[in-house]
Amino acid sequence: MSAYLKIDHIDKSFERGGVATHVLADITLTIDKGEFVSIIGHSGCGKSTLLNLVAGLTPVTAGAILLEGREVNEPGPERAVVFQNHSLLPWLSVYENVNLAVSKVFAGRKSRAERHTWVMHNLDLVQMAHAGDKRPAEISGGMKQRVGIARALAMEPKILLLDEPFGALDALTRAHLQDAVMDIHARLGNTMIMITHDVDEAVLLSDRIVMMTNGPAAHIGEVLDVPIPRPRDRIALASDRSYLRCRQAVLKFLYERHRFVEAAE
Amino acid sequence: MTATARKAAIEAAGRPAKSGKVVPLGRAPASGFDAGRTAASLARNVIPPVIVLLVLLAVWQVSCSGPGASLPPPSQIWTDSYDLIAYPFFEYGSQDIGLAWRVLISLERVGIGFGLAAVVGVAIGALIGQSVWAMRGLDPIFQILRTVPPLAWLPLSLAAFQDSNPSAIFVIFITSIWPVIINTAVGVRNIPEDYRNVARVLRLNQLEFFLRIMLPAAAPYIFTGLRIGVGLSWLAIVAAEMLTGGVGIGFFIWDAWNSSRLSDIIVALVYIGVTGFVLDKLVALLGRVVARTSAAA
Repeated sequence: MSAYLKIDHIDKSFERGGVATHVLADITLTIDKGEFVSIIGHSGCGKSTLLNLVAGLTPVTAGAILLEGREVNEPGPERAVVFQNHSLLPWLSVYENVNLAVSKVFAGRKSRAERHTWVMHNLDLVQMAHAGDKRPAEISGGMKQRVGIARALAMEPKILLLDEPFGALDALTRAHLQDAVMDIHARLGNTMIMITHDVDEAVLLSDRIVMMTNGPAAHIGEVLDVPIPRPRDRIALASDRSYLRCRQAVLKFLYERHRFVEAAE
Repeated sequence: MTATARKAAIEAAGRPAKSGKVVPLGRAPASGFDAGRTAASLARNVIPPVIVLLVLLAVWQVSCSGPGASLPPPSQIWTDSYDLIAYPFFEYGSQDIGLAWRVLISLERVGIGFGLAAVVGVAIGALIGQSVWAMRGLDPIFQILRTVPPLAWLPLSLAAFQDSNPSAIFVIFITSIWPVIINTAVGVRNIPEDYRNVARVLRLNQLEFFLRIMLPAAAPYIFTGLRIGVGLSWLAIVAAEMLTGGVGIGFFIWDAWNSSRLSDIIVALVYIGVTGFVLDKLVALLGRVVARTSAAA
């Protein structure tokens, strides 16, 4: 069986003013259907760039990304992105934000009534159905991110890309949203890639954790399997052996072997 | 317009949007003494200008009442031009009509010219804002063209159109389009990258992107441009009509000057001032309604 998503020897460099910066070097990674993979690394290591490459928002310099055997070279709804700062359109209500995606993606495939049901269903998945008429400015940061997730889910993506989705949230809200994402992953079995810099978050949510070395020319330093059975419960995990071992492995990678050196920036 | 002035104008356009948003939240508890508060704010905003106006009229009356005064005092204007003041909508013949009719005729020209400028300006501005190179290439040219005084365009447009009415409309158009283009372009350039990414992931086509993302995101900037533009067109039409003739308010002033009806000119000036003020407030109000729904969260 060929891999669901295959990131095949990709290189990425940006050129600005004649100076090329080598961001990612020789990244190879395969992801199976239904898998939850986290990408962790220090800031500036190019993990967001990697996600943008998979999303098709930036072109690769060399190598290829294949989703179900087809090459990714432009953005599209089958690779929906949950943006770090939610990116809801402030002039549309919560409902309209999701509906914009639904009416675009399902134009001609679903009737108006079916689209309405689908929007409400997805808002319901993130417990935001009650706030459909609110504008983004009227709801909290956590709620905005829930709507961002609903919008991405509503596109029925083959793969869901989460770009530090909880980075801007406080710890309690973050925990609630992590539970919501775990719940959605359990119910729908989506394939998800999440960028994070939070070790606990990575271990709690992922099947595998991809650890990136520091840039420039960052590459995959190590891939860690997280052999914790689902459903996972954060309280029970706090003293779970394999949880602690995974956590320690990631911490060791980040803080011993690839300590972040600010001067290298 | 300098960058700082533009910023200030944008901030000014953005500010009312926020206060507009607050209103519905405070509505319910305040209903009891709302009437009193409205009266108080009315008194605060209306009484001072009325007093100042009365004082100015009194000073004018006194200073122009002497035997050698070259301009008529207010009392004389009242008696001279009573017809114009009291009956804005009279119609005695094709050339002898009330000032309100003349203002409406001028407004029609402004409506056509400014309407065209708004549509074309937003379209060109959107194109330019999308492309860094178009911006770099065209911005300096626009910055120069926008400083050309409205009337300087008139001879050229008379030569091109061979008729006074389209010429006047063209002068309005060419005067008011620059701020619309420039502000729209700046607004489009400032659309957050995130919104563009959302559009790309959704694969919105050009038209959908323009309607669903670009227009609402750039609306505060666009309305700043429109507000400047409408002010300029009203300035331009009066001047253009003085030269092109016809029945607009501008020509009325020129005609009154030629027949030494100074009182009529002063009445016409008041009409022009009030109309310009109302136009500005109308566009600002429209902008506020739109901005309330598009203010950045």
